[in-house]
Amino acid sequence: MSGLSLQDISMRFDLPNGGSVQALENVSLDLKPGELMSVLGPSGCGKTTLLNILAGFLAQTSGRLELNDHEITGPDAERGMVFQKGALFEWMSVRDNVGFGPSMKGMPKNDKTEIVNHLLDVVGLQEFKEKAVYELSGGMQQRVALARCLANDPDVILMDEPLGALDALTREKMQSLVLKLWKETGKTIILITHSVEEALLLGERLIVMAPRPGRIHKEYRLPFAELGVGADLREVKKHPDFAVKRDEILNMIWDMEEEIMGRTEEAS
Amino acid sequence: MTGLFVLAIYLGIFIAAYFIVTKVVQRATMKDYTSLKTVTFGDESAVRPNRWAGIISILTLFLIWGMFTGSSLLPKFLHAPGAYVGTLEFTYTAEADGERDDGTVTVVVFPRETETAAPDVEPGDGFAKNDSSAIAQWRTGLVRVDKNDEITKKDGAKVVAINGQAILPGETVQIENGAVTLSDKGTPNVAPYRGWQMEPLYLPPPEQVWSRTLTVLSDGFRSFTLFEHLGYSLFRVVAGFLLGALVGIPLGYAMGLSNWFRGWFDPIVEFMRPVPPLALIPLVIIWFGIGETGKIILLFLAALWIMAIAARSGVSGVNISKVHAAYSLGASKWQIMRHVIMPNSLPEIFTGARVAMGVCWGTVVAAELVAAEQGAGMMIMVASRFQNTDIVILGIILIGVIGFGIDMLMRWAERLLVPWKGKG
Repeated sequence: MSGLSLQDISMRFDLPNGGSVQALENVSLDLKPGELMSVLGPSGCGKTTLLNILAGFLAQTSGRLELNDHEITGPDAERGMVFQKGALFEWMSVRDNVGFGPSMKGMPKNDKTEIVNHLLDVVGLQEFKEKAVYELSGGMQQRVALARCLANDPDVILMDEPLGALDALTREKMQSLVLKLWKETGKTIILITHSVEEALLLGERLIVMAPRPGRIHKEYRLPFAELGVGADLREVKKHPDFAVKRDEILNMIWDMEEEIMGRTEEAS
Repeated sequence: MTGLFVLAIYLGIFIAAYFIVTKVVQRATMKDYTSLKTVTFGDESAVRPNRWAGIISILTLFLIWGMFTGSSLLPKFLHAPGAYVGTLEFTYTAEADGERDDGTVTVVVFPRETETAAPDVEPGDGFAKNDSSAIAQWRTGLVRVDKNDEITKKDGAKVVAINGQAILPGETVQIENGAVTLSDKGTPNVAPYRGWQMEPLYLPPPEQVWSRTLTVLSDGFRSFTLFEHLGYSLFRVVAGFLLGALVGIPLGYAMGLSNWFRGWFDPIVEFMRPVPPLALIPLVIIWFGIGETGKIILLFLAALWIMAIAARSGVSGVNISKVHAAYSLGASKWQIMRHVIMPNSLPEIFTGARVAMGVCWGTVVAAELVAAEQGAGMMIMVASRFQNTDIVILGIILIGVIGFGIDMLMRWAERLLVPWKGKG
């Protein structure tokens, strides 16, 4: 079966003080190629841990993880990663950052230049390609990060709060860009976010995770991502269902946070 | 006392220059962004060195140096009062067998470079005869006034007054341009006025240092030219530093990348780091002698730990996102080393290299002070033994200039090679 498949992923680790943490418990998911999924949850629900396991940076303690019928055991170019910030190589120009993956593969120079130029056009940074990345604004840097990830042509793109550090206006533009890239490239994308609106906009599927132990609490299938492709996202937000879903999910997370607070108070 | 006077002059120039420059000269300054900041006290970025202050500060140092050494570069009226040169005269009264008689003492105080003999004087009458003596500038001298007298000290003669003022052994009488102290044994000790200037032996005037610089430049010092001395020191520093970097950087990388290396070398590095290289000099001399090998090994040891620690913290300073991103982009371990860890640790390594070069330069001078056949440190150490204070000062200035130059060079290389420093 092609696509990404998670079967009963659990993760438990010991603490130095003798206790242990159940970070994830029996997380099961199947993603078809080309699906766009957003992940929401209060802090400590294990969403970043899940993403790191998918990327191959952490090992699950039980369960099985497959991509296109082979097991995931470590990081690989088939699964690209976009981080919130600080992951660009500031000693390289924009062009060299985008061309990093192809260079590592030893791709011939002409092919690489073609890919890089195409992606710079897509993200609109053609005229900045000779600049150092630290000379760019935060939004432009995330465009570089997106282009760098796409240059490697991965099957799955994992995004760890990629727009979290941007201001509201830039963020909206970048959300449109992510939708556009998703539609044009047909990649499977998993996106972690703290923003309920962003999760609604950037998820055909949306899963809400609950903490302690980290698990999938609820899953939605949403129309907004499809509606948002090439459209004004502010219009999409006016969709009658959007506000309903937003309030429902906000309440859900609010309750989880309350419960955590309550438990910590009891413990102390 | 003189020190306080120097401090007062220095403070006076500091304050006067401040008012003149800020209130009078710099009325119309450039109107850039920083000049419009109203909060400057506490805003370090608004504090920029005043160029005038820098220039005046250096000139003041030379001015004070010149004033208190009687430099010929300064007009005479600026000189601090010099030590007396010329002829002193005083009378002494000798008492023997209840009788008193006066004698005159003529003392020639000669400049140090032109030795002068005591002048001939008429003996005069009475049992106390006139005397004469010659004393070098800044020195004091006993005058055996009774030597030519008819009744000497052995016969019971005693000096009881100077210039008519009664005096006992241990007491002092001021005379014109000097003072006379009666020693415990009753002999007058003449101390001509010393003035406020430093003796060239302690601090030569600037022009003497300069002319000595020219002589050392043309004739060399101790069978090596000045450039050979400095070159030897620099060569030792560069060789020791390069060896230290060559071993220290890979060691630091290994410590930053492997548990085993970290565990194995941490105690050694953490133990050796606080040991000042100077403390190793005796051991290095015992083991390797005073030749080049010992010095280079000492500097190697001085640079090694600094470079290892810099490389280690360079590795641990890599944002883990960058490493993760590189793995996700398909980079191998070696490619991550080459394209992520090495460039990312370069700024730290450069900072370490600057510190290491500074420490090495200080250590080489100290090592040469202890034992060496050539080098900047050896030059000042040997010069001080022969009281060539001008060469000592010349050496100190050159050591400072070269140390400063090394640091400037490293900063320049840093700006050129790691422009992304602090931009991550």
